[in-house]
Amino acid sequence: MYWDQATETMSREQLEELQARRLSALVGRVGAVVPFYRERLAARGIHPSDVHRLDDLRHLPFTTKKDLRDNYPYGLFAVGLREVVRVHASSGTTGKPTVVGYTHHDLETWQDLMARALTAVGVTRDSVVQVAYGYGLFTGGLGVHYGAERIGASVIPISGGNTKRQVMLAQDFGTTCLACTPSYALTIAETMAEMGVEPKDLKLRQGVFGAEPWTNAMRREIETKLGLQAYDIYGLSEIIGPGVAIECEAKTGLHVFEDHFLVEVIDPETGEPLPYGEKGELVFTTLTKEALPLIRYRTGDISVLHAERCACGRVFVRMEKVKGRTDDMLIIRGVNVFPSQVEAVLLELGETEPHYQLVVDRTGTLDEVEVWVEVPPGFPMDEVRRLEELERRVRGAIESVLGISVRVKLVEPHTIPRSEGKAKRIVDRRELYENN
Amino acid sequence: MEVRQISVFLENKAGRLAKVTRLLGDNGINIRALSIADTTDFGILRMIVNDPERAERLLREAGFAVTTTGVLAVEVPDRPGGLAEVLEVLERAGLNIEYLYAFVEKASPDALVLIRVEDLPKAVRVLTEAGVSVLPGKRVYAL
Repeated sequence: MYWDQATETMSREQLEELQARRLSALVGRVGAVVPFYRERLAARGIHPSDVHRLDDLRHLPFTTKKDLRDNYPYGLFAVGLREVVRVHASSGTTGKPTVVGYTHHDLETWQDLMARALTAVGVTRDSVVQVAYGYGLFTGGLGVHYGAERIGASVIPISGGNTKRQVMLAQDFGTTCLACTPSYALTIAETMAEMGVEPKDLKLRQGVFGAEPWTNAMRREIETKLGLQAYDIYGLSEIIGPGVAIECEAKTGLHVFEDHFLVEVIDPETGEPLPYGEKGELVFTTLTKEALPLIRYRTGDISVLHAERCACGRVFVRMEKVKGRTDDMLIIRGVNVFPSQVEAVLLELGETEPHYQLVVDRTGTLDEVEVWVEVPPGFPMDEVRRLEELERRVRGAIESVLGISVRVKLVEPHTIPRSEGKAKRIVDRRELYENN
Repeated sequence: MEVRQISVFLENKAGRLAKVTRLLGDNGINIRALSIADTTDFGILRMIVNDPERAERLLREAGFAVTTTGVLAVEVPDRPGGLAEVLEVLERAGLNIEYLYAFVEKASPDALVLIRVEDLPKAVRVLTEAGVSVLPGKRVYAL
């Protein structure tokens, strides 16, 4: 099923012509109004009005999360706040979040793309869509919400959590489509089993699961336990939110909506673009965004692109399920966590050494994070109470920046490895990616 | 009048307590009294030793989190109700006890108890006024 058949099934030539036209306009605009891009382009000797062909893309500068941080909060916006009608935020690499903005037109584009994504997996105006992604600064909840409304489906904006209620409402309201993180889908399935609710008691037909990596083994488990077809959805707030790419019913990769997002895979070391079929870092250029247009944004997500035409007839290239990260970012219950955030919090708090270790595990279906922090050598710790208070303060500070709950474990001084590469700081016991 | 108590932070894993006691033993330091407070993740080892200054330095050099705290060594009549009488003195003075533990050895026919309260000088005063004997540090280390 198509939402916008003419666009989704146009020829590759037509698509590339559209992309080139949009790229040219984008570079002209950001070069004129965003000082950051004006300087970056000038540094490479590129005049904003000189970019006309898709081949020119490889000469354009990259944008990174650090650039967003350096221009916090609104420095990369290409419009004034008067034009901005919505702001979302995601995790930054320090104590400050990454801020993104939308004009009215951006929100319309986003709704349309989410409608396109949901239609691709079979959602119609007869569907009942239960949105169990978090609502708020996180783009997941509101992104799916407005896309489903655009189609005319009935939306249940339940947000995340309160799992028994999720099951009860799914049963009573006749939910046909569930949207949440894949790990939360499994939590719902477990709770269903505990409540004695079977898949046949529900009307679930499809699930739209994203915001964290998952394997095909997990897909099979979810499909069996919930009695639905499970589809992977991809997006990131910097680019727009969910609705950058979606699996179609063929489940052979996620179609990237290339009429709005130019996608490349690059060698993360050299920055050189890689041909289709080779594994590397996903890089997106937003072709139509008004408030926060980004040129060659490096996602840190590792994947492979395939250009062969899909059985579904869509013109858009497919990306494989995300296969890993170029950096040490963790995704905990759908929330992006950068270990450097923990370091920033500890430095800011100043009560302990800034050394830490993160231990991530999935007990049952829920991600759990333990932050190991050293007791300061001379801490007045003759009473348990004082140590517990220290633990509480550290936990509170970390939770307020990371936005997820963690457990803090105090360890003896000098037992955490010192700056011997980032790998040692993280012990991730989950199996999130396909082994290849 | 206070006695210097050494506290060491220990993770709950095998061999930590043995390491502390071996280190002190190899350096000729004698442990006179000890107690352990523990939670699921960690423990606090509190000790009275014959040379607190050197013990603290040795432990710190060995990488342990160490702190010293003043506590009171109080002689308690060695009979039913003996401890209660002493504690009632502190309670009447509005002094909260953070923790206490006992010495195995005795300086006299009375039992010897280590008591930690926030306001040590006040505790010394009220105990002395009530006729309770509080031993000075140097007598306790030499026991």
